[in-house]
Amino acid sequence: MTDHALEPRGAAVTWHHVGDDAHDHGANATVLGFWIYLMSDALIFASLFAMFGVVSTAYAGGPVPREIFDLPLVALNTALLLASSITFGQAIPHIEAGRVAPTRFWLAITGLLGLAFVGVELFEFSHLIAEGAGPQRSAFLSAFFTLVGTHGAHVTVGLIWIATMLVQLGRHGPSGEMKRRIVCLSMFWHFLDIIWIGVFTFVYLYGVLR
Amino acid sequence: MTDAVSKTIFGRLGWESFPIHEPILLGTFAVVVLLGLVIVGATTYFRLWGYLWKEWFTSVDHKKIGIMYIILAIIMLLRGFADALMMRAQQAIAFGANEGYLNSHHYDQIFTAHGTIMIFFVAIPLVVGIVNFVMPLQIGARDVAFPFLNNLSFWLTVAGAILTMVSLFVGEFARTGWLSYAPLAGLAYSPDTGVDYYLWSLQIAGVGTTLSAINMVATVIKMRAPGMTMMKMPVFSWTALCSNVLAIAIFPALTAAFFLLMLDRYVGTAFFTNDLGGAPMMYWNMVWIWGHPEVYVLVLPAFGIYSEITSTFSGKRLFGYSSMVYATVVITILAYLVWLHHFFTMGAGPSVNSFFGIATMVISIPTGAKIFNWLFTMYRGNIRFELPMMWVVAFMITFVVGGMTGVLLAIPPADFVLHNSLFLVAHFHNTIIGGVVFGLFAAMVYWFPKAFGFKLDPFWGKVAFWGWVIGYWVAWTPIYVVGLMGTVRRVHHFDDPSLQPYFIVAAVGGVIILVGILGFVMSIVMGFVKREQLRDTTGDPWDGRTLEWSTSSPPPPYNFALTPVVHDLDAWYDMKARGYERPADGFRPIHMPRNTGAGVILAGLALVLGFAMVWYMWWLAALSFVGLLVVAVGHTFNFKRDFFIPAGDVAATEAKRRPLLGVGA
Repeated sequence: MTDHALEPRGAAVTWHHVGDDAHDHGANATVLGFWIYLMSDALIFASLFAMFGVVSTAYAGGPVPREIFDLPLVALNTALLLASSITFGQAIPHIEAGRVAPTRFWLAITGLLGLAFVGVELFEFSHLIAEGAGPQRSAFLSAFFTLVGTHGAHVTVGLIWIATMLVQLGRHGPSGEMKRRIVCLSMFWHFLDIIWIGVFTFVYLYGVLR
Repeated sequence: MTDAVSKTIFGRLGWESFPIHEPILLGTFAVVVLLGLVIVGATTYFRLWGYLWKEWFTSVDHKKIGIMYIILAIIMLLRGFADALMMRAQQAIAFGANEGYLNSHHYDQIFTAHGTIMIFFVAIPLVVGIVNFVMPLQIGARDVAFPFLNNLSFWLTVAGAILTMVSLFVGEFARTGWLSYAPLAGLAYSPDTGVDYYLWSLQIAGVGTTLSAINMVATVIKMRAPGMTMMKMPVFSWTALCSNVLAIAIFPALTAAFFLLMLDRYVGTAFFTNDLGGAPMMYWNMVWIWGHPEVYVLVLPAFGIYSEITSTFSGKRLFGYSSMVYATVVITILAYLVWLHHFFTMGAGPSVNSFFGIATMVISIPTGAKIFNWLFTMYRGNIRFELPMMWVVAFMITFVVGGMTGVLLAIPPADFVLHNSLFLVAHFHNTIIGGVVFGLFAAMVYWFPKAFGFKLDPFWGKVAFWGWVIGYWVAWTPIYVVGLMGTVRRVHHFDDPSLQPYFIVAAVGGVIILVGILGFVMSIVMGFVKREQLRDTTGDPWDGRTLEWSTSSPPPPYNFALTPVVHDLDAWYDMKARGYERPADGFRPIHMPRNTGAGVILAGLALVLGFAMVWYMWWLAALSFVGLLVVAVGHTFNFKRDFFIPAGDVAATEAKRRPLLGVGA
């Protein structure tokens, strides 16, 4: 807190800021706002992880993790998702430099990897349900399907977003607005990777260990 | 039509879903339809639809969105208060052989709806509305960080409110209490539509509240006027920041809890069931991880309001500004560490209960510091006892009692006795009415001239004030007493006739509060009638100290023709004291966001989705879900989101309002 007695009454004081300030405001705020959104989403996952933690051994006489988790399949899925983060990383320098074609190429590769991930997950789910290990069987399975499924739903939203970006990049080129959207999308995509590492470790690996 | 076809189209909605055998509901329905027809008719007759759509519904102006939030909250207050009066009437007469006029089935819906509506559709929209209107003005910004998101947040809240209201006439509302505890709220014990209405209403509104909180935090962090460092920011904006940070930290827990309960009800999972390894107490934990901090989400902005008003009407800088800021931050953090005190009786053990009991008591320290700061601000101040200041004094007297009964309840052994008693109910009404509601009324009286250019009628404002303050004490003191004697909450009939006098007094108190509510409505009506007498042309009717008083009442769409530069806390007081002169030229084109109807459409689709899911109309649910996706993605293809107000237009507006406005010294 400044003491205004220091400045004499009537001294020349700047009371107004003159300049084009409005434009910059929006751009900075979008990335910050998206960060905050990601943190709130992280808390949704935190809640689901907590729920899983509480009921992770509530098998209710049903199947236990060791019997139903197919680790090689999950390893494949993990590899697909981690690889998709790398390919997204390849797109970023291109969009920064304003090159549309390679940006779209790497985004498309990322999308295909993401699609494969969702496909494998759906295969795993249908397989489990066919075996009688569906989400209604026990609290453990409810929490498993919900946690993994919520992550999968996020990846699906990411896929829709990637498709939208592919179209919009074709229409609008590498405008500032498009750069910002792709930066936000990349944050979203990497965020899902981090969540998956948590899922892989605590749900699958730890589940099979005990 | 065969049964199967009807089931495919209407799900479980049938003729028996409409409560035609309930005379009370039928009467209410008739009144609502009549009132709705009058409003729609008048709007059509005066050709206001285009104006409303263009200037209000699709507006991305934070001031208009703030006002719409407050209107929503006042409408829902009338509904929530009607529920309260019905409960007070029932409890005043239902003794011994008299069963009262409500059956328990209906009564249970009323207390659930009352709590749900008062928190989610009255308190939250009022707080969000006032923050929306005031905070950007106070930090010298032209709008919030994400103007479209702001509009969407508002309409999602409206969609949630409408869905709750629909449950009054189509099907029924939850009978589970305002937090719909599991396992009672599970499909096994609540198979009808009530809990589904509850869950979908609050999920839809909750998305809006979360988005709004993100928006407000980004606004405070990114859009403060040059020179306004964090420690030169007005206290109300500080509390708005802390409140919204808290909201972002807690709403995900509620969303997750409701999501899991929805899965239990729709998919048949076993999260909160009694069998298959479900953990019902996990629902309680998650819901209260949201629920307790939510109290502070509401009361922190109210503390900010009291700070601004005390300082303005004492003619002094706020005593202990930095301690006020730190106290706010400390409360924000502690708020997250006390949720378990809502169910000490869960049996978590002495060490867990002790931790949460002590953490709860510790909160009273920063809160107490605030009370002393306000008292010391008033001390030797030049106090003007105008209406906003009267609300502040009433708050200090009322809230302190509520705080002390809270500390009492924080002691686990005492809580074991008082858990689920009317003493607890009196305690939280004491803090929420005395802390939040009084503050929101103070804020509405204080900032009304800023929003509309004239003050509220002071006589009816005083009627509202005395009605609420006296009514509060008459209504809730007897409830404290019977609660302490062991009367439990959520009971629709009593056997012990010796309790009846207390409930009769409480009902009288409810009627006195009704006088307060009607007085408030009258103060708006009479203020409008006498608006020429009550007109504020200076933009600074209360001799204010913060930036919102430096612009006209109501402010132009762009708030400030030139962005102010801040040199001191209480920036406008500083400007006045140092002979600030308004600029007459040098205006530049102003960059503004464009209005859009996407928010209304998205919220409308969300409302249809919620209704379809409640009634199991799967085709309609799928259709509206796809519609939501298409409109949301489609909206991102709209790149023309802004425009410029030409410098000439700004100069013309400024030339018109400049001679009238108050200037420095």
